[in-house]
Amino acid sequence: MATLSLRGITKRFGTTQVLHGIDLEVADGEMIVIVGASGCGKSTLLRIVSGLESASEGQVLIGGRDVTALEPAERDIAMVFQNYALYPHMSVFQNMAYGLKIRRLPKPEIERRVAEAAKLLDIGHLLDRKPRQLSGGQRQRVAMGRAIVREPHLFLFDEPLSNLDAKLRVTMRAEIRRLQRRLGVTSLFVTHDQVEAMTLGDRLMVMHQGRAAQVASPMEVWAKPADTYVASFIGSPSMNLLPGIMAADGVVALDGGIQLTLPAPIAGATGRSVTLGIRPEHLAPAPDGIAMQVELLEPLGSETVVHGRMADGTALTAKLLGHVPESGELMLRPDPAWLHVFDRETGQRISA
Amino acid sequence: MSQSAIFKGVVVPYLLLAPQLLVTAIFFFWPAAQAIWQSLLREDAFGLNSEFVWFENFIEVVTDPTWLDAAFRTLFFSAAVAALALGSALFLAVQADRNIRGATTYKTLLVWPYAVAPAVAAVLWLFMFHPNIGIFGRALNAMGIAWDYKLNGGQAMGLVILASAWKQVSYNFIFFLAGLQSIPKSVLEAAAIDGASPRYRFWTIIFPLLSPTAFFLLVVNLTYAFFETFGVIHSLTQGGPGKATETLIYRAYTDGVMNLNLGTSAAQSVILMLLVVALTFVQFRFIERRVHY
Ligand SMILES: Nc1ncnc2c1ncn2[C@@H]1O[C@H](COP(=O)(O)OP(=O)(O)OP(=O)(O)O)[C@@H](O)[C@H]1O
Ligand SMILES: [Mg+2]
Repeated sequence: MATLSLRGITKRFGTTQVLHGIDLEVADGEMIVIVGASGCGKSTLLRIVSGLESASEGQVLIGGRDVTALEPAERDIAMVFQNYALYPHMSVFQNMAYGLKIRRLPKPEIERRVAEAAKLLDIGHLLDRKPRQLSGGQRQRVAMGRAIVREPHLFLFDEPLSNLDAKLRVTMRAEIRRLQRRLGVTSLFVTHDQVEAMTLGDRLMVMHQGRAAQVASPMEVWAKPADTYVASFIGSPSMNLLPGIMAADGVVALDGGIQLTLPAPIAGATGRSVTLGIRPEHLAPAPDGIAMQVELLEPLGSETVVHGRMADGTALTAKLLGHVPESGELMLRPDPAWLHVFDRETGQRISA
Repeated sequence: MSQSAIFKGVVVPYLLLAPQLLVTAIFFFWPAAQAIWQSLLREDAFGLNSEFVWFENFIEVVTDPTWLDAAFRTLFFSAAVAALALGSALFLAVQADRNIRGATTYKTLLVWPYAVAPAVAAVLWLFMFHPNIGIFGRALNAMGIAWDYKLNGGQAMGLVILASAWKQVSYNFIFFLAGLQSIPKSVLEAAAIDGASPRYRFWTIIFPLLSPTAFFLLVVNLTYAFFETFGVIHSLTQGGPGKATETLIYRAYTDGVMNLNLGTSAAQSVILMLLVVALTFVQFRFIERRVHY
């Protein structure tokens, strides 16, 4: 158990730069979820932390110790891979004991630790099996077990749940969270699934094209996205992003002509080109709202996602409770407390 | 099971198989049957009469101490060839599996020896190690080592082992490389994170995962050393000096073709044939079981 610091991590493969200076401070026992679209550099960052890949620039500190130049073996970390990476010719017991044997732990200690982890993960009856005789979920548990028995300073997870079916994924997600809390091991968890990200992390790091777009708690990322990328990436369906201009310090005039008043004025913003963000769930029917022509309904049971267009043709999505007519016009009013204003040029958040 | 519906009747499949079956029959079954028949006969010195003698030829062969010598020599020779060919192929494959520059060229070059006919390979080695005209042969002599494989039996054995193993390295290399590349990278990375040094990783992960391949190759190499090294030995040493490089296959040839002892030569061939059958059997049985770890 330890803290983790990343300082100015960059990575180039030949001439292509994959990471552009990542900084991160992880507290002892904290679980950070790294989330981002495919190819944004999540795995690369994790592999740099593990030592499987070396950073082009920057430092990795685990528990205050600079490990940038150390081999993976010397960093005292454990990693769970997407394809589990179990040793195919070894039994479950041998898989879990492998790292302990290398550390020359006495045999009774190895057996005690493996038995303990097996009990924790409910795989005690599988210890003699080979990986090929296990289901995907069981392999996942064994991979977890192999990480746990080592009692490392740091857990690294690279999309460990993405090979499981939807139901098992939910179960395992909860289990990983429970285990991580219980063991209190500092963890980095990579995923591209935003639900996983929101539910698992103490804090999220949303990555975009090799940069950390935002590092914050799940609720903060959702409530105050740092830029338009984070705004559209987190939340389902995605936030509506509507072009507009600041008519006054507290009023946004959308390009379609509609004017919306912000809950708090933004000093000196008048005249600025902005993007207004409204989450679909923050639109509600109201007689004096924005007119939307309904095009498509996606009933989700308790709620319905409505896709349509505003009078000027801009697409708009709303998530509504109760009955929604199949076609025709809806009047929708955004909740003023939940309006997000971003600079149109840079995409950065400018409202508080 | 659904595959059986592709062809109706049996005529088409058999027609398609016919050429291969014909070749096998003419070049394998027919001579094999002849050898078995021959091994039960004994001819007089002039080859005029032959007499059916049951297993007398076999008894004569296996009780002949010089044949037993040849058998042990063959065992040693084959083990040495297999060990050398497998060991160096594995070493080269491990090197090639790392991301080295010019890997493609390296791999292509390594495959060449396999395309060279045994006799040609032998000539290459002869040109290198001939005591008077070979570069290495001359160099060795110049360094004060009395090198002449035509006189020294041990040196002759060394040379045929080297030449025979060299030819087989390519074949083993390809299989080992394919085996290495089928080991998921993440498994090795997991081991690295678990704290295994490269050497420890090799012996606890790579080697066990390669063992089905290695076992298959071992049988192939032994079979090769037993039977297919005739060309190399014939071109390099003709079994000499004395009988220093006379293997079983070479002895069957000498007895039959040079000494015209058709009965005992045939008996030796039959024994060798049984050996091949046994090796092949072992191979299939083991491969079936070992290929999934
Ligand atoms: N060894 C490498 N050589 C060259 N480019 C690489 C290498 N490894 C990764 N990349 C590139 O770096 C970028 C980031 O890769 P990375 O695997 O970190 O993405 P990721 O965020 O994990 O994506 P995914 O969600 O698909 O796993 C990609 O554009 C990829 O092509
Ligand atoms: Mg990845």
